Amino acid sequence: MAEGSTKKFLYINRKAPHGSIYALESLEVVLIGAAFEQDVSLAFLDDGVFQLAAGQDTSGIGSKNFSKTYRALGDYEVRKLYVERESLAERGLSEGDLMPITYEDEDDDYAEKPSIHLVDRAEMARLIRDADVVLSF
Amino acid sequence: MSAYQFNGSAVAHDEEGYLVDIAEWSPDLALLIAKSENIEMAPEHWEVVNFLRSYYEEYQVAPAVRVLVKEMTKKYGKEKGDQKYLYSLFPYGPAKQACKIAGLPKPTGCV
Repeated sequence: MAEGSTKKFLYINRKAPHGSIYALESLEVVLIGAAFEQDVSLAFLDDGVFQLAAGQDTSGIGSKNFSKTYRALGDYEVRKLYVERESLAERGLSEGDLMPITYEDEDDDYAEKPSIHLVDRAEMARLIRDADVVLSF
Repeated sequence: MSAYQFNGSAVAHDEEGYLVDIAEWSPDLALLIAKSENIEMAPEHWEVVNFLRSYYEEYQVAPAVRVLVKEMTKKYGKEKGDQKYLYSLFPYGPAKQACKIAGLPKPTGCV
């Protein structure tokens, strides 16, 4: 795809994963949108950081545990997941509470590299400002 | 709702033939679904169906065709990680039709 036609898409996730449809809908839009080969980033802030929490178990609420699907994002060339540091801290979470999510870098002998990047609030604001298209869930 | 008649019981499927409850899947039921799709299951078909099931098991999502192609290439080599090859096995779309036989939901984004 020509350089000029690539836009920076930023999907902002700010709600807890279960109990409303936002997180799953966002994830599905990301998976569908990945076919259009744009420059895609995901942002997780506020309660959205819970979407990436490790060890989710939905068996008690009878809904699908789609948290495993975030680990497939690398296969869809979605490799930039930005998590707001302050949102984690405000909820008593740290990076160690998140699922490891990686992608294979084909330019580096398919080395597994982390997709999750912690950013502070100011940096998150910059990411949002720099995006061409912002979709908020 | 329509259903597959299987071993004397009815297994519900949606209007396009995808299982309503993926837990009801079995290899024998796969043969029956394949038959309704006019597909004779050869080892090559099973390879794809089994691959899709293990991908779904791990990621809780049926892969898009280009992801299937990429992952099949990694696992089985270029010859099998090939759209043309996959379409020759599943003429109505490798992801769409093979997922149906595998008892999985229709791949996200497939129309």
